[in-house]
Amino acid sequence: MKKILIAAALVLPGLAHAQQIAPAAPAVVDRVVKESFTNLPEGWAQRLVPDETMQVCSVTRNQPSAKEADAIMAREAKTVKLPTGSVIGNWKEGEKVAQNGRGGQFSDPPGTVSGGNCYACHQMDPREVSYGTLGPSLANYGADRKFAAADAKAAYAKVYNAQAVFACSSMPRFGHNGVLDEAQIKDVVAYLFDPESPVNKPVK
Amino acid sequence: MRPKATLLTCLCAFALTLAPLLPATAQEDASEKEIERYRAMINDPMANPGYLAVDRGEALWAEPRGTKNVSLEACDLGQGPGKLEGAYAALPRYFADAGKVMDLEQRLLWCMAKIQGLDIKPIVVKPFSGPGRGSDMEDLVAFIANKSNGMKIAVPLDHPKEKEAYAIGEALFFRRSAINDFSCSTCHADAGKRIRLQGLPQLDKPGKDAQLTMASWPTYRVSQSALRTMQHRLWDCYRQMRMPAPDYASEVVTALTVFLNAQAAGGELNVPSIKR
Repeated sequence: MKKILIAAALVLPGLAHAQQIAPAAPAVVDRVVKESFTNLPEGWAQRLVPDETMQVCSVTRNQPSAKEADAIMAREAKTVKLPTGSVIGNWKEGEKVAQNGRGGQFSDPPGTVSGGNCYACHQMDPREVSYGTLGPSLANYGADRKFAAADAKAAYAKVYNAQAVFACSSMPRFGHNGVLDEAQIKDVVAYLFDPESPVNKPVK
Repeated sequence: MRPKATLLTCLCAFALTLAPLLPATAQEDASEKEIERYRAMINDPMANPGYLAVDRGEALWAEPRGTKNVSLEACDLGQGPGKLEGAYAALPRYFADAGKVMDLEQRLLWCMAKIQGLDIKPIVVKPFSGPGRGSDMEDLVAFIANKSNGMKIAVPLDHPKEKEAYAIGEALFFRRSAINDFSCSTCHADAGKRIRLQGLPQLDKPGKDAQLTMASWPTYRVSQSALRTMQHRLWDCYRQMRMPAPDYASEVVTALTVFLNAQAAGGELNVPSIKR
């Protein structure tokens, strides 16, 4: 046992070392970011500056205290704008939004329509093989919820602002940040909730 | 190369046709196996075009250039002037003459300006190779990094500035920003995750993922037909995160590289590797 401990001490000094380093002050990090991103396209300066919610999530590594979480969800819930009519659009258009990972990158031509890139993180149509696993599978999402209107509305709110539902969620705040517009979010909700959508057609 | 590519296309097409018939987990396994097979196919050092960059870098290193018409051979990359063996494995590090922590690219630019009297502005503006345009920086990094092959990543964390760079890199790794609220940790803080079909290494803590990742850059990217360095990888990550492009050889990139190499401590370098 002693030998193992000595061996571990010899192998691990680098690790112990790194853990002893005090965290950087947020002001220092902000300065470094400002000095390292100097070639900003028009209107992009704001992207360097996290809002209050993101600051809390960054510092707590997405593990906010109960109090912080409540504050985030209360603040973000106020931003959610539900459509006046139905939350369900066209599932075929929603599929395109879910597949599209373009938009908002410095490599995208100006005017590129942003997609939701849902498949980067979620399984949706169970026949689509190219899906990511960062988020939960959404296969059969609407059918599992018996296509309930209240659940569709909740899904719209979640896509609009995920932080309103789950503090420090990894999911982007698509509506709040202006990545997707109302029609696009409705189409994504239709992709999840239309009984005709392939999302709700199990593989036979 | 070509027959391999054709075979691969066939295999992938075959896998895609088969996939819907299989249950989800078997489908996932089949996808994983295809990806593994592809990796094995392209991981052949004798056929790795990245070694052409190594050769070009070797010539560049010894070529007299700049207003002073001297080579880079007097450049100290941390192991003494002109000493290349093991230099990359111990970078970024603090350089007293410059008064800051530098990664390999920052240090090369510093040496070009100070030792050779080279105008580095055009290099910084277009640092990466593109169609019909080479990159001296990519070639030099390939050559110098290759001189650390078989050695273990051991980024120094002794100097206060090195500790500070580590702390800044760590904070940056978890810093969420821009229109998708992403941080590095959004994709790289869990084991065994994928984005679409691409496996994501876990980089928030020391371990095998970090070692394998950091020990395999610079790499030849088949999809880009180019030798790419960690500078380019992080530039591309920020692009995908919907952030602006980080300045070439900026403090953000160096600090993140310090943090990532610290997680990768002990990883044995084998570069340039070859990746999709």
